[in-house]
Amino acid sequence: MKKNLVYPLVTLCALLFILSACHKDHPVTPATTDPNTGKVFNVVGDQVGRPGIATVFVASADRDNFNGTIPSLMSPLYQAKFQAQLQAYNGNNYTTNILGLNAAQFTGVLATDVLNVSTTGTTTYYDGTNVLTGRNLTDDVIDISLTLVFGGPTGASNPTLTSDHVNANDKAFLTSFPYEAAPW
Amino acid sequence: MKKAKLIFAAAAMALTLGGGILWASDHQDAPNVKGKSTDITDLYVFQGPNTANLVFVGNVQGLLTPAATATAAFDPNTIIEFKIDNNGDNVEDLVIQCVYNNGKMYIYGPVKPTQTGIGSTVVGTAAVVVPVTPYGQAPIIATSANGITAFAGPRDDPFFFDLDQFHKITGGTATGFNNPGTDTFAGTNVMSVVVEVPKTLLNSTGKIGVWLRTAQQQ
Repeated sequence: MKKNLVYPLVTLCALLFILSACHKDHPVTPATTDPNTGKVFNVVGDQVGRPGIATVFVASADRDNFNGTIPSLMSPLYQAKFQAQLQAYNGNNYTTNILGLNAAQFTGVLATDVLNVSTTGTTTYYDGTNVLTGRNLTDDVIDISLTLVFGGPTGASNPTLTSDHVNANDKAFLTSFPYEAAPW
Repeated sequence: MKKAKLIFAAAAMALTLGGGILWASDHQDAPNVKGKSTDITDLYVFQGPNTANLVFVGNVQGLLTPAATATAAFDPNTIIEFKIDNNGDNVEDLVIQCVYNNGKMYIYGPVKPTQTGIGSTVVGTAAVVVPVTPYGQAPIIATSANGITAFAGPRDDPFFFDLDQFHKITGGTATGFNNPGTDTFAGTNVMSVVVEVPKTLLNSTGKIGVWLRTAQQQ
């Protein structure tokens, strides 16, 4: 792949050289060069789809491995571990949640850490109607996550654990780009 | 029974989250990225006020105090990359690549990547280049000819959570959250990249899968 890039580049350079040589009397403005084109970044860093997945469901010892696992390979490696963790959080009494997902189904969704986004309508993490169609700045993803993990089939179980009662950001978001509030 | 269940849950949580590890969003989630330019805090993707657009927000370097924010910077050695899956196989079909260089953020794509997976090669030339907004100044915004709008710089961390109370629950000194709670992330900042993209550039048939990756050069 790298080699494939080199030849067109060499050709392009040669062409530019010839062109500029031909137009000696009328200097050609050098083509705008991009300082990053072709740079290779191949040392694993961090990876995030949905909020809180790594920190809630991935064991400490697995965290770096999780960040280095591409999403298409996550489910076979992590679904069973997530399910065990979900049951541990619930004293092995997890049945279903407000989405009607049993332990295997719920962790099956979570174990592939990709944020699902609709390109045709409402985007929200969960608004009571739409489920996992994006993530807004205003979405209270912690309460949603706590409710899905601890709230049981109706969302009413473990009421002291299903909301942190912090329902909004500490600064108002902007109604126009770039949407996030100015820094403190 | 219920109490026993809760205690078990709290104990299990303490076990899992012991050692002071935060349940933040993804702030400082793993040893190899904690405190580094690669540490992602959050990913947001939402429909813009112009509903023909989708907004991608990638935040890194969380828990910055105002003093730390004044000297915080993007790292030219770190790529911040939105990966986009169009067909549900959880393999990226398009990428939006963000690379910092000499005071500016270069945004590439959405474009088909030359490779999928861990490694990333910067594809083509930047669609839009935006100067990084200095701390304390109004946002600098750039828009490309094909309608991509970009911002890069420090912002208030949009994430909110009563993490301190959660620690008390997992530590066994509290049995539940307070009402009202206290936002542990109040007053802290992140380094943020915001890219608003016309949906027509995303080759989408209705839904996409998105994840945010950071990687470094060797």
